[in-house]
Amino acid sequence: MARPVKFNIHPKQADIHDNIAIADMPEGLQGEGYFATSFEKVIGRARMNSLWPLPFATSCCGIEFMATMASHYDLARFGSERLGFTPRQCDLLMVMGTISKKMGPILRQVYLQMAEPRWVLAVGACASSGGIFDTYSVLQGIDQVIPVDVYVPGCPPRPEAILDGVIKIQELALNESLRRRNSEHYKALLGSYGIQ
Amino acid sequence: MSLTHDYIKQRLEEKFGEQVSNFEEPYGFFSFEAVKEDNLKVMQFLFDDPVLRFQFLTDLTAVHYPNSKGRELAVVYHLHNLVDNVRIRMKVFTDINTPDVFTATSLYATANWMERETYDFFGVNFVGHPNLKRILNVDEMDYFPMRKEFPLEDQTRIDKDDEMFGRGGSII
Repeated sequence: MARPVKFNIHPKQADIHDNIAIADMPEGLQGEGYFATSFEKVIGRARMNSLWPLPFATSCCGIEFMATMASHYDLARFGSERLGFTPRQCDLLMVMGTISKKMGPILRQVYLQMAEPRWVLAVGACASSGGIFDTYSVLQGIDQVIPVDVYVPGCPPRPEAILDGVIKIQELALNESLRRRNSEHYKALLGSYGIQ
Repeated sequence: MSLTHDYIKQRLEEKFGEQVSNFEEPYGFFSFEAVKEDNLKVMQFLFDDPVLRFQFLTDLTAVHYPNSKGRELAVVYHLHNLVDNVRIRMKVFTDINTPDVFTATSLYATANWMERETYDFFGVNFVGHPNLKRILNVDEMDYFPMRKEFPLEDQTRIDKDDEMFGRGGSII
């Protein structure tokens, strides 16, 4: 006798209109068979949805990041499927955890090895400000050695907060001018950190 | 119990006389003080003696007593007899202006990194150490952070309001 099936007998129909976010088309000229827009809008959108993060995890915020990567929170939903463990392939440096003064030059070297355009996300109180470790051996925020784009507060921040930070980085990548990295302003910013 | 504290004390006194002093047992832990210049001789005796056999250096660190003039820095050796499972503590005191203590690396290889750490944090100059440089802190550091005249907090920050952290200000 067949085992009676008591679950999933009325499967829900997939509803792509409510469940899948589809990006709006950028501004442009369109007609039958063509669509014209500027590179800036297209490339920004492409970059936004294909960021490769480089996790630089030194302590408990890194554990939260592991949850962020895993199936429940799933960073892959935001186009950051592929974590690169080499700075040369990555766009987004995620610094999670306490950075001691001895670690500072190493972090800076990792940043220098990344190719432009590159973004930096400081996750947690320690990476942002030194956190509770107001002491002689701890760097009081990674913005003392490298420029930071987005700070995520929390000790440690929940995975939702880390995802929010990644989305903020995506907004920066979407709206960034293609010429920004060549601008005098950007060079002055890097110069203030002694880079180039 | 073959190796008692009284026996260790008796052996040390008959061998070194006035050079060892301040025998005490805080929380049952046998401790004594040796003259700074004799630290190696005392440890060599404790190491080589067929009964005492203190052949394992568990820990080596320093303590800063800023108020005892001429004896500001204490270098503390924790020795372990693995056969009888007896631990003792030996201290030598030194002036902070001449913090020169003979290295124990020839006797205990493990003293190498421990002495580097003690130098790193307290500035004890271990005479004869093969590689006396900082081990934990950044090489550029120009002071010894565990000495009590230096504040624990990082001094480079200007945006942290002490009052918000429960020190200084109106809270104290």
